[in-house]
Amino acid sequence: MTAPRPSLQSSSLQTSSLQPAHAAPAAPPAALLRLAPDLLGALMPMFLWLDGRGRVLAAGPTLHKICGRALRPGVPVFDLIEITRPQRISGMADLRGHGQRRLHLALRARPRTGLRGIAVPLGPGAEDGMLLTLSFGLTVAEAVRAHALTDGDFAPTDLTVEMLYLIEAKSAVMGELRGLNLRLERAHRSAMAEALTDPLTGLANRRALELALEAAAQSGGRDEAAPPFALAHLDLDFFKQVNDTHGHAAGDAVLTEVARILQAETREHDLVARVGGDEFVLVLRAMTDLAALEALGQRIIARLEAPVPVGDAIATISGSLGVVISVDYPVAEPERMLADADRALYASKHAGRSRVTILRKGELQEA
Amino acid sequence: MHGLVNRSLQCFLRDTYGADLWGAVARRAGIAADGFEAMQVYDDALTGAVLDAAAQQLAKPPEALLEDLGAYLVSLEPLRRLLRFGGVGYADFLHSLDDLQGRAQLALPDLGLPALRLVAEPDGRFALHLEGGGPCCCGAAPASAAMAQLAPPVLAGVLRAMADDYGALALIDLPDPPAGPGARVIHIDLLQARYAKGRRFHLGLPVAEVAS
Repeated sequence: MTAPRPSLQSSSLQTSSLQPAHAAPAAPPAALLRLAPDLLGALMPMFLWLDGRGRVLAAGPTLHKICGRALRPGVPVFDLIEITRPQRISGMADLRGHGQRRLHLALRARPRTGLRGIAVPLGPGAEDGMLLTLSFGLTVAEAVRAHALTDGDFAPTDLTVEMLYLIEAKSAVMGELRGLNLRLERAHRSAMAEALTDPLTGLANRRALELALEAAAQSGGRDEAAPPFALAHLDLDFFKQVNDTHGHAAGDAVLTEVARILQAETREHDLVARVGGDEFVLVLRAMTDLAALEALGQRIIARLEAPVPVGDAIATISGSLGVVISVDYPVAEPERMLADADRALYASKHAGRSRVTILRKGELQEA
Repeated sequence: MHGLVNRSLQCFLRDTYGADLWGAVARRAGIAADGFEAMQVYDDALTGAVLDAAAQQLAKPPEALLEDLGAYLVSLEPLRRLLRFGGVGYADFLHSLDDLQGRAQLALPDLGLPALRLVAEPDGRFALHLEGGGPCCCGAAPASAAMAQLAPPVLAGVLRAMADDYGALALIDLPDPPAGPGARVIHIDLLQARYAKGRRFHLGLPVAEVAS
């Protein structure tokens, strides 16, 4: 026996036009939506209404704006637009077969604006045509510029204008951050420079010397073409007397003058470091010629011996040098080279000061 | 206070009155002459200290300075463009102010602008209500007391400058605050929406500005 279902429920089903398609079989088919193209254009300013053969019956106002005269009634849609993904879609049958999934498209006319879209069939048969709606892809900012679009070209529900807003706000924020980064970078560099500089003379300090020698030793180990260099250790003679007789201010003036001389006598890519009270180390790049090194040492000593006026008095100093050359070592180990340069310096001191001693291969300590 | 607010104040003072004036203000307020970084958050008291120092140094009421700051902000092209996204006419722009807090929050979640609510009145008059620091309806964090104090005069300056930008003739009035903390209202009397030729605005940036 089949009793009828309660009437309350079945009547409420029948009157509902919002019932989804999978509703109980008792319900009649939902009313079809009828909409004039201009109203559809207000909802979807980039719609395309296509007939069964893919010819344009109507299009939204924004699409008219970006396609211009190419978009005339009856024009085949594939003349206007190319479907870039999936790649195999070239006709209406393919488009129907693709189903209600995202399409990637591009205008055929320059600037070949990229688009996204979705197409739905307007009936069960191939002759029923399709409705295609489009939006801009990731190049939306360029598209808005290229086609001079305005706020009114987007549906009120569309967040494109908000997205443009965000793009500009983000750019402004990024600009601020870039400025901040530059300021931090400058501060970092000047802090680094301070950390590697002797404050009195402006020369490199011991730390900078160590870094330079490490770099030279490493590149020497890896790269046979790395330039050789000479390491010169300079100790001032009679400097203690200047300090004792004329005071520390005079001593500082003399050291500043020495720094000036050393920088004048070396080249830009050489390194001059003050490593102690009156001790200096020179890294002379690509300089291995004994005669040239000897001459440079003598020139430095001669200039150091020129009297320096300090206040009312005159200070007179000199200097002793010890020199080693990286090519005399299998590996240009900084510590070993510094120790040898130090020995060469003391040889100069023992031999009566104001002179240059260059230690060659046979005179170096065994490793 | 978000550093962007402090830095705006700093740049406004420096660009309008010169680096020397800014130096004097910074000394008076007890901060370094470098001033503020835009992407940091500072103690609210610092903003007040700088504003008070500038007001004393220039012998101007703080509210007048803040209104000038509002006009200065509109003179900065990126910011003017962001405000022009509000709509094609001045009335659209006024209505878009309801979204200003939300839009700002999209870009800078911790900026802390107060919520705004525009009420249209008869005869082209509008009342813009600024939330006064209490919890608000939209779920956003409430504006700080300092922000609630700064925002009304700055916004009044922005509204005046934007009226010029749109070529609209409008009277902007910010009555003195009621006693104690609370919501403030800016009255806008839009006399003529298209009084003069406004400045140009295109939704798409010119290519040169995108590249830079």
